[in-house]
Amino acid sequence: MSVFRKLAWVALLLVVGVSMAANWLAPAGYAKQYRTQPNAPPTRQHWLGTDEVGRDRFARLLYGTRISLLLAPAAALISTLMAALVGGLAGYLGGGWARIAMAVTDLFLSLPWLFLLITVRALMPLNVSPLASVLVTFLMLGMLGWTSAARVLCATSASLRGSGFLLQARASGIRGVRLFGVHVLPNLTPVLYAQFWISIPVFILSEANLGILGLGVAEPMPSWGSLLKELEGLVSIGEEPWKFAPLILLVLVVTSFQLVLSNREEMAA
Amino acid sequence: MIGRPRKLDVMAQIPGKMVLAATACLFVLLGTAGAQGGGELRFCLRTEPKTFDPLKVEDDAAVSIRYLTGGVLLRMNRQTQALEPELAHSWKVSKDGRQITFKLRSGLSFSDGTPFLAEDVAYTVQQLMDPALHSPTGDAFRSGPGTVATKIISSTQIAITFPTPVAGLDRLFDQVPMMSAHSPKKEMAVLGPFMVADYKPGATVLLKRNPNYWKTDAQGRKLPYLDSIRLDIQPNRDVEMLRFRRGELDLINSLDSEYFDKLASTSPQLVHDAGPSLDSEQMWFNQVSKAPIPAYKKNWFRSLGFRRAISEAINRDDLSRIVFRGHAQPAVGPISPANKFWFDSKLHAQAYSSDAALKLLQTEGFRLENGTLKDREGNPVVFSIVTNSGNKYRERMAVLIQEDLRKIGMQVNVVTLDFPSLIERIAQNFDYEAAMLGLTNVDLDPNEQMNVWLSSAENHQWNPQQKAPETAWEAEIDRLMRAQAASADAKKRKESFDTVQEIVVEQAPFIYLINKNALSAISTAVQDASPVILHPQTFWNAERLTVRAAK
Amino acid sequence: MLGWRITRHAVAILATILLGGLLSATLVRLAPGFDADEQQLDPRLSAESVRTLRESRAQEHSIFRFYLRYINGAMHGELGMSHSLSQPVGTLLRERAPLTLRLVALGLLLSWSVAMAMALTSAWLRVSALDALSTIVTGTFLCIPAAVLALLSVLWNVPGSLAIALIVLPRVYRYWRNLLAKAYSLPHITTARAKGLGELRVLFWHVIPMAAPQLLAVAGVSVSVALGAAIPVEALCGLAGVGQLAWQAALARDLPLLMNITILVTLVTLLAHSGADVIGHMLRSQEI
Repeated sequence: MSVFRKLAWVALLLVVGVSMAANWLAPAGYAKQYRTQPNAPPTRQHWLGTDEVGRDRFARLLYGTRISLLLAPAAALISTLMAALVGGLAGYLGGGWARIAMAVTDLFLSLPWLFLLITVRALMPLNVSPLASVLVTFLMLGMLGWTSAARVLCATSASLRGSGFLLQARASGIRGVRLFGVHVLPNLTPVLYAQFWISIPVFILSEANLGILGLGVAEPMPSWGSLLKELEGLVSIGEEPWKFAPLILLVLVVTSFQLVLSNREEMAA
Repeated sequence: MIGRPRKLDVMAQIPGKMVLAATACLFVLLGTAGAQGGGELRFCLRTEPKTFDPLKVEDDAAVSIRYLTGGVLLRMNRQTQALEPELAHSWKVSKDGRQITFKLRSGLSFSDGTPFLAEDVAYTVQQLMDPALHSPTGDAFRSGPGTVATKIISSTQIAITFPTPVAGLDRLFDQVPMMSAHSPKKEMAVLGPFMVADYKPGATVLLKRNPNYWKTDAQGRKLPYLDSIRLDIQPNRDVEMLRFRRGELDLINSLDSEYFDKLASTSPQLVHDAGPSLDSEQMWFNQVSKAPIPAYKKNWFRSLGFRRAISEAINRDDLSRIVFRGHAQPAVGPISPANKFWFDSKLHAQAYSSDAALKLLQTEGFRLENGTLKDREGNPVVFSIVTNSGNKYRERMAVLIQEDLRKIGMQVNVVTLDFPSLIERIAQNFDYEAAMLGLTNVDLDPNEQMNVWLSSAENHQWNPQQKAPETAWEAEIDRLMRAQAASADAKKRKESFDTVQEIVVEQAPFIYLINKNALSAISTAVQDASPVILHPQTFWNAERLTVRAAK
Repeated sequence: MLGWRITRHAVAILATILLGGLLSATLVRLAPGFDADEQQLDPRLSAESVRTLRESRAQEHSIFRFYLRYINGAMHGELGMSHSLSQPVGTLLRERAPLTLRLVALGLLLSWSVAMAMALTSAWLRVSALDALSTIVTGTFLCIPAAVLALLSVLWNVPGSLAIALIVLPRVYRYWRNLLAKAYSLPHITTARAKGLGELRVLFWHVIPMAAPQLLAVAGVSVSVALGAAIPVEALCGLAGVGQLAWQAALARDLPLLMNITILVTLVTLLAHSGADVIGHMLRSQEI
């Protein structure tokens, strides 16, 4: 195991550990408003300053990390599995199945899903707990985010279809699910890993963007995405550098994820 | 009521032809005609203008363009809030408030050279009052059934008669640019200082100086000074700010308080706080009887004690200080104190006290149990506030209110929705509990708010379209609003509307939160700008602005 | 064989597009707020005007009837009227499509070349430090909200296509790097390299044709990503393209406009994917 990988494991465990211990580590609850000091720069009391309504940004980052770090990989896993199922099977079965599956995938890529999400919000009660709302949001993201990978997977498994080892496996009597699971799926891993890795930050950011539809994390609960959205108001870089803390942490986590994954990737390859 | 201009324009005293002749002479003398070099003014529109037809205008962007291009019979001076003569040099409203007579300036022509005559006024009014038009400008004149009659007395004199009295009739003409009855260019032939020269949808609207504009300054120089105005369509305020800082824009008409402070810290000469504006932010509870919400919640929302307690438990000073960084004032009632004539000075902003709020709730049968407020039947007080997404100030106010109400044991869920979804909930299916929105007042006259206060109206947000007033106080408001509309006596109207304001504050169907200040940023290259609280805050005197060329 | 492939793709594309149009119309129509207009909150409007405003969308209420009328019009070159901008949809799209196409094409070209260069270096050299570095770089772009990237491009006065390139880059790079690494690890390529075949020869004769269908599929998918990225980039950079139009249309529930944009996007997506499929198959059949 290379040094990078070890570092990545340490970083990931540290971030997970610290965010899980938010209750003890955070100087205050994520909703506590220090109304006398809104928009404060970092101080000894507030390590990352306070936000527009005077909430401790460090506390919000810890709690936000906990929610996003738990749910985003889960949603990424759902989307990866769906991609594997649709794309992998379509390519593996080939013919008419592949064409239909890919037409569906293409449609998925082009339709204005925004409106489905608006409808989902309308179907949910207004007094939904912030946690339930964020769960639904990540679930929706997982269900809608599989399409790009499915396209690539279909191409991959289609190219496997004619390959020697599959014919060999077939000849030795391996069929159906077993053939797919044992011989096709392992060859799809490079794509699956890529999909999983990309989905995590993409879902974290999408969750925050869905706030405009009343989905996602509801106030006062923080999420990584909503903290990152603060960067959108930045008129000049370097004015308030502490606002970059969530971005740096997310990059750290995403990079660590990749380095940890790449270990398995190489083994699979 | 006789619409006598308080501040007389010097030019208004001199017959139009003489003005023209004098200006022509001056130009020959100065030899500067058409080359005044007033520069180009650049700023942003927040949305795409939906129409250039001045009578159909409804959105802010189109209102701005209408203000810059349209020639109106009379203009409300945005600084003094008084009516001034424009295309009409005098006017008179009949005693019964049904008829208005205008005497027009002679010798004026539209931007394309078509002469402006009384028949153009008649044409404009007929177009405006066409029942199929359905525009806010036209509907503001509609006080009762019947048709509008126009009588052309001479080529410069016209009388317009409405079927029923129209309150504040003369002021309404501030919003009605005259259209040409004959010009082949239709609505693109204008009488205002500027005309639309180019429009690239989604990108820019370019206005050029109207060569036929009639006004001149005290020295006889032809107005406007500016050669052109470039309006970039840019919904994003961060980008607007960025471009202003880079010198690509000359002004920001309504500046966010956050950016106000940022700019003020580095270059205080650029920012202007004109004080509290007419705009208010408010929240209200759903009192619609057929609304699909639990009956016990409807009982809370219909309880006066509950509404007043909420109003008392909200710390308005914090809203103003934290969310708007001090650039807002705690709101008092339906009319902003900035509206000098119509504001009821007996009223004061609700003082904040969560203890008093809790006591009031206890008298209504609510009780606090382990930090949770419960009603008489033991239902915990949980409700949601819906507001539109994308307005960070509103979202922050909601977060502060959420915390204020948590202190008295209420659990508030804040739900931000995109505008169409929000409107469907608050105006069509009434599937919401509480809502928070802002109200932009275009006009000073409260008659414009008729459709808010009448219990039968569509915009009576807390409980619209009532067949008969459901409460005694709403019946009283109905009566007072009708009384003020029927009267032409400003003092009597004010008395009626003062009582309306008092009832509204007492009953708290709308819980008024704050009045925002009118904030703007103006580059030092722009000369003679003096921002005001009324729209259009920074460019209300666009015809007299100049922009120094960039070095 | 090729001719048959292309015809089959063309038929499939047409059917998918028609279905896409119908589905998008349905989604928009069923979403809440369809006939709610901000204007109806204007207190100056009379009750009758508010009613008229609400009823103005009546002819769009039945989706099927609306869609049939649309198809009928489309066959005569009539794409309908946008009610939020009161302009013919055809004109709007014609005016704006070139800008978006240029923006997206430039952004894609840029991101493809950088991603390919990075992926090749990474897969070829297999230096873990280099791999970690490119992971950090692409990871950073992946974590920055698209709106922030667009805002930065305004701040630094760089073209919007660069922002699009940076949004697309990490999404393409990760797939390509993994796919190439996988191809390099295949037994017959390892053998070819061991036998001392020139690196370039291995790359162009074995690795790329081997991985071509997947690589191209990624490129095809990245077209959709770039189209999506055009929305925030155009909106923030003040570029009057289709992306900006789409966002306006969505906020105003402008059904005719939205449906036409969806159809256009579906068409581009399908062409990209079908192109990727056909070329991929051709390259692959050469290799085997």
